[in-house]
Amino acid sequence: MTLKMNAGTQSLESIQKLNELSGENVKLCMQCATCSGMCPMTAEMDYGPRRVMHMAQFGLKKQLAEINTYWKCASCHACTVKCPRGIDIAKVMEALRQQSLRTGQNKVEPSQMSAETIADLPQIAMVAGFRKLTS
Amino acid sequence: MCDTTKTPKVATGDRAILPEGARTIPIFVMGKKYEVPETLTIMKAMEFAGFRFLRGAGCRGGICGACPTVYRMAGDYKLHFGLACQTVVEANMYLAQIPFFPANRASFKLEEMEGVAETIHALYPELFRCVACNLCTKACPMDVDVLGYVSAMKQGNIEKAARISFDCIQCGLCASRCMGEIPQYHAAQLARRIFARYIQPQAEHLKNRVMEIEGGKYDPMLDELSGMKKEDLEARYVAREREPDLAAAGTWQPKDTSHL
Amino acid sequence: MKISYYPGCTLKTKAKNLDRAAIASLEALGVEVEEIDRWNCCGAVYSLTADDLIHMVGPVRNLIRAKEQGADKLVTLCSMCYNTLARANQLMREDTVKRDTINRFMDDEIDYAGEVEVVHYLSFLEQEIGWEKLKEAVKAPLSDLKVGTYYGCTLQRPADVGIEPFGSYLLMTGMLEALGATVVPFAAADKCCGSYQVLGAEPVENSAAAAVINIAGGAGIEALATSCPLCEYNLGKQQKQLLAKEKIGAPVPTYYFTQLLALALGLEAEVCHFELNDAASLELLKSKNCLAAA
Repeated sequence: MTLKMNAGTQSLESIQKLNELSGENVKLCMQCATCSGMCPMTAEMDYGPRRVMHMAQFGLKKQLAEINTYWKCASCHACTVKCPRGIDIAKVMEALRQQSLRTGQNKVEPSQMSAETIADLPQIAMVAGFRKLTS
Repeated sequence: MCDTTKTPKVATGDRAILPEGARTIPIFVMGKKYEVPETLTIMKAMEFAGFRFLRGAGCRGGICGACPTVYRMAGDYKLHFGLACQTVVEANMYLAQIPFFPANRASFKLEEMEGVAETIHALYPELFRCVACNLCTKACPMDVDVLGYVSAMKQGNIEKAARISFDCIQCGLCASRCMGEIPQYHAAQLARRIFARYIQPQAEHLKNRVMEIEGGKYDPMLDELSGMKKEDLEARYVAREREPDLAAAGTWQPKDTSHL
Repeated sequence: MKISYYPGCTLKTKAKNLDRAAIASLEALGVEVEEIDRWNCCGAVYSLTADDLIHMVGPVRNLIRAKEQGADKLVTLCSMCYNTLARANQLMREDTVKRDTINRFMDDEIDYAGEVEVVHYLSFLEQEIGWEKLKEAVKAPLSDLKVGTYYGCTLQRPADVGIEPFGSYLLMTGMLEALGATVVPFAAADKCCGSYQVLGAEPVENSAAAAVINIAGGAGIEALATSCPLCEYNLGKQQKQLLAKEKIGAPVPTYYFTQLLALALGLEAEVCHFELNDAASLELLKSKNCLAAA
């Protein structure tokens, strides 16, 4: 994906909103990619966390809405503990998830899960998954 | 509140008549002010004010769960919950009925289930969206620890869920307040059914009685009654032996024991 | 000695093997375990959004139960419960504004300001029993077993609630060595297993879990010890499928660290509920004569 940065693609408001929701300052990121190196889920992500931070820094709202990175994030905090700029990247990912979830859309539908799956999963998987992936 | 000294034939139903000398107080139904006698329940006060319940009223005895009501007192943030047929009006009550609240009720065949918590989890996975805010418990007009039984279900303890939820009357106020969008009362009913069928030891005397019924022991008595003329049946009913109110268990026996 | 204990939902059913082995072990070590009364789900994950307080209510309510019941310490075992409870506790201690809001919202409960300390079982073992004393109590040392300490995410991260610093595995290593096992270091001890993402994807797609098992196997580890029912699910219960899909080269049986503890203390194998583990787990222990005492 080519990142187009101009007045049409950038939303300064979205940067502020993300910072408020996450309690972090995405502008602190220096694009070192330690997060992407630490992340255990990059194989399943279309964009690694470094590139997401890049999009976030420039307020590329539309791109951020389309990628799957924060839906694949497992909130393991591996990025957070190693960020040399002290950004809690897991919180930025949560803010991105919440921005979408708060519009009322679910990423997994509890009522569409099979009875076998539910019976098989440990309770913490359901609780954690519903917290992170349902509105 | 109910006049029980009159015979059933001349019962006044639920028509509200202003008791002699009773003070009236202002209540607000859906925002509109009404002056009602202070001695009435919410339901009777609303009827006094001119409302007619076609739905949202049932047993009028606090057990059917048809008349859940929410109210606030003027000037206070606190929400209160009660059954319209049980709660006595207070001055400056702002109230509304919530006779029904939509809640997903799973369909199931009890006889094809297993007595394990996963059965409940599979039918009501939204249980895992509970955030323990406790608004359900606060909303319960029967003082059921709703959060307690939701927690018990998540912990896989069906017996605990069944016992805690025993007083539930399925009014649905818990579900109306739930931020996890959980139909608590339906899940609890399932827990009680699974508990009764698969977990609780079966009572011997109940089993024996069912066998007697199925064996036809009571059929002749029923046949006799259904073959009687209406007047005879009424006379028989009025003359029937009745266990005295509040008799201690096991202390009373009818004179005619042939039907036992 | 008596301790207040918060088990968590999963430990009552699918991770009974984690819970029962832990309680029996503490009892064998002379510690009486008292489960707190009327607890609810902790929420499993700590809410990371700055304006979201409602998800703090669940964990805080449990801490209030502990406070009400006179506990100054609350011992817990599941890694996710530990993390969620400890982080919520930290919030209640440090953020006076949010604390006030949460207390006011929970107007049906007593006020709470972080009076109870949340302690993980491993920390409790080290602080109150100690590895020397534990070693003396061992009746059936796990001499032949090469174990990997799989911490996963939530025991160590973030730093301010971690049971020890990121990259250090001293607590579980200390315990396992006291039990006579050989602890083999490996590069995936703190790599995530994929966690709740199991809900969004088919288990066989879980590349994170496969990576952990492959790295462990490559390091010569025979058994993985964990503290988290979700790790055990992703690594242990899903292992057969990962193997069938050739995502992993060879199996590495997984255990809860409390099961290994109970076995080494010479307790009956029944308290370990191995029927809830993968069948290969029991086979390995048999072949290593670790079930001798039972």
